[in-house]
Amino acid sequence: MKDSPQLPDFPEVADAVLERRQNRSSRLIWLIPIVAAIIGLSLAVKSYMERGTVITISFKSGEGLEAGKTKIKYKDVQIGEVKSIAIAKDRSNVVVTAELNREAKGLLVEDTRFWVVRARISSGGISGLSTLMGGSYIGVDAGKSSQHQEKFNGLERPPVVSMDVPGHQFILHTKDIGSLDVASSIFYRRMQVGEIVGYELDKDGNGLTLKIFVRSPYDRYVKTNTMFWHASGIDITFDSNGVKVSTESLGSLLTGGIAFQSPEERVDAPLAEANSEFTLFASKEEAMKRPDTIVESYLLVFTESVRGLPIGAPVDLRGVTVGEVSKINVELDPHRKQFTMPVEVRFYPERLRARYRKKAPKGGAMNSRDLLDALVEHGFRAQLRSGNLLTGQLYVSLDFFPKAPPAKMDWSKSIPEFPTIAGSMEQFQTTLMQIVQKFEKLPLEELAVDARQTIRTLDTTLKSADTLLKNVDAAIVPEARSMIIDVRKSLDDVRKTLDEARKTLGEAKQTLSSDAPLQLDMRDALREVGRAAQSLRVLGEYLERNPEALIRGKKGDER
Amino acid sequence: MSSSIVTAATLGLCSCHACGLVMRPGSAFGKARCPKCGAAVHIRKPDSVRRCWALLIAAYILYLPANLLTIMETGSLISYRKDTIMSGVVHLWKSGSCAIAAIVFIASIMVPLFKLIALTILLISVQCRSTWWPTERSRLYRMVELVGRWSMLDVYVVTILAALVQIRSLATVRAGSGAVAFGTVVVLTMFAAMEFDPRLIWDPLRKESKS
Repeated sequence: MKDSPQLPDFPEVADAVLERRQNRSSRLIWLIPIVAAIIGLSLAVKSYMERGTVITISFKSGEGLEAGKTKIKYKDVQIGEVKSIAIAKDRSNVVVTAELNREAKGLLVEDTRFWVVRARISSGGISGLSTLMGGSYIGVDAGKSSQHQEKFNGLERPPVVSMDVPGHQFILHTKDIGSLDVASSIFYRRMQVGEIVGYELDKDGNGLTLKIFVRSPYDRYVKTNTMFWHASGIDITFDSNGVKVSTESLGSLLTGGIAFQSPEERVDAPLAEANSEFTLFASKEEAMKRPDTIVESYLLVFTESVRGLPIGAPVDLRGVTVGEVSKINVELDPHRKQFTMPVEVRFYPERLRARYRKKAPKGGAMNSRDLLDALVEHGFRAQLRSGNLLTGQLYVSLDFFPKAPPAKMDWSKSIPEFPTIAGSMEQFQTTLMQIVQKFEKLPLEELAVDARQTIRTLDTTLKSADTLLKNVDAAIVPEARSMIIDVRKSLDDVRKTLDEARKTLGEAKQTLSSDAPLQLDMRDALREVGRAAQSLRVLGEYLERNPEALIRGKKGDER
Repeated sequence: MSSSIVTAATLGLCSCHACGLVMRPGSAFGKARCPKCGAAVHIRKPDSVRRCWALLIAAYILYLPANLLTIMETGSLISYRKDTIMSGVVHLWKSGSCAIAAIVFIASIMVPLFKLIALTILLISVQCRSTWWPTERSRLYRMVELVGRWSMLDVYVVTILAALVQIRSLATVRAGSGAVAFGTVVVLTMFAAMEFDPRLIWDPLRKESKS
């Protein structure tokens, strides 16, 4: 016991009970910071390990997406999670921030695609039914690029073909999308071999560019000369054999599709490279038509109106289309002071020469020139004809007009000019016009004025006639009545007079009858007169012969 | 300090913390016990500074994950959030509840930090046998001890919410790993404050006055 000397002693203070036990190592306390450091480190490591790559994906809508819940799945394996969903600053779309596992880092390349998998009912079928229960998730399609990227634009609909499906993509150009849509099928001999991956309107708005994907191994049937055509819908043909209905599969009837095939006679063409461009034809007939490799342009100068003649209108040779109108212009002919319509047409001579070529060697330019010259000499002309009277659609018809005024091909121009003849419709119209013009020439207005004057005069005349009649009515009728009475009386008198006259006449008849004495006397008297006349004639004759008898007298005794 | 001030230690005495019996502690080595109630007695808390340092360092280490890791995950039909303490404060501030944001900020960030710094100051000053402002340092210590438990407010809130709000997909609240770290920080600083013997603040003064 140690006591301070200057301090008082406290004898009554108890001593503490001493334990001999060794004091527990106070160093044990340092375990706490070590443990804390371990915990802290492990938390740090854990959070570092958990921290994958943070990417942002922008979608048009955040439908079905939930921060912290929506998973990101690659081939249905979760590789990440949506961390937050925000609306872009310009409010045009939704920016999804997602964290991907470290092992998914390799997926984050330029052409990786993200889309929201949700239940979809489309023409192609129903997909994503599982998401109805489990919620939507974001699907991933790994890209092939090596360019690392952390900002992506999400697709609005799942990609039709994922990147790892072997096959080739091709590009089709068409004027009309028809019923085609993304995911519409591609058929080869009615077998589904691919899909439409996407389409977009050309920048100039004149057509559409379709991207199609043909799966391997069918992509090797796409050759450089392969023809693609719309396989959607029903094709009903009426011909002499009856009605023919042809479609691709029933599915394509509903959803549309594209079919392709190479021309049968040229199957040895080289394979088409990926992203080759093709034209999409409207129908199989059009596609499989002999491809018009030779195109000749001709200029047809018409003087008549080309209203109703569209670009693309057929050039028709007795019902067979051998070309089409490619350009329509207006030109002023300064010499003749009139407008002409130079119509440029594309002429496919191969359509004409399919048979002819077999006999003759391959027809060159010269050959066709001679041929055309000869044809023109025989009256081969182009004429505008009305294809449809109702719509006024015109087409260019080629035909022989033996009576046509002579003309020649003009080969001197850059585009040879083919002679034309006024159309039948045009002639008819001209005639009509002439009639109308004649009509117009009539002084219709003057006539009308005259007629109006005449009518006016007539009117006044009629009015005066009317008043006159009224006057007559008022003044003359009573007099007339009395007059009529008088007349009747007079008539009675006349009748009496007539009766008397009849009596008189009867008497006269009696007097003049053949056996009446007066009659007999008359007859005798007339006979006497006759005799007298005869002797007068004798005398005359005698005097004529012997005029001297007047002086000398009659020489009756000389005989 | 005048030399006339007598402490139990200068008299070679100590009192039992439990029953208040005054006794002679005897040897500085080994453990002494109260002859009356059997509680451990010591003039000064043994290894006070070292233990306090150990706990304080542990608290410092865990203070980082406590603030950096998520403390609470709240998910509802509409939104999903993962909040660290600071992001929660920011969110509260932005959403208009400035008062609550201030409370959370003070209780969950300022107070633990204050405790850590205050204890560090106390320990360093004690180790340097500093005679610098002993009264104020004592007051600081009392403050640290008083305020200690209130830092657990945050942890309480999180645990209660996590326990209550579990409506499956409608709304969920989960405690993040940050909450564990944060709780540990608070507990460790409380222990550190307990381990600290405030009498050590005054010891250098006595020595100084003696010499």
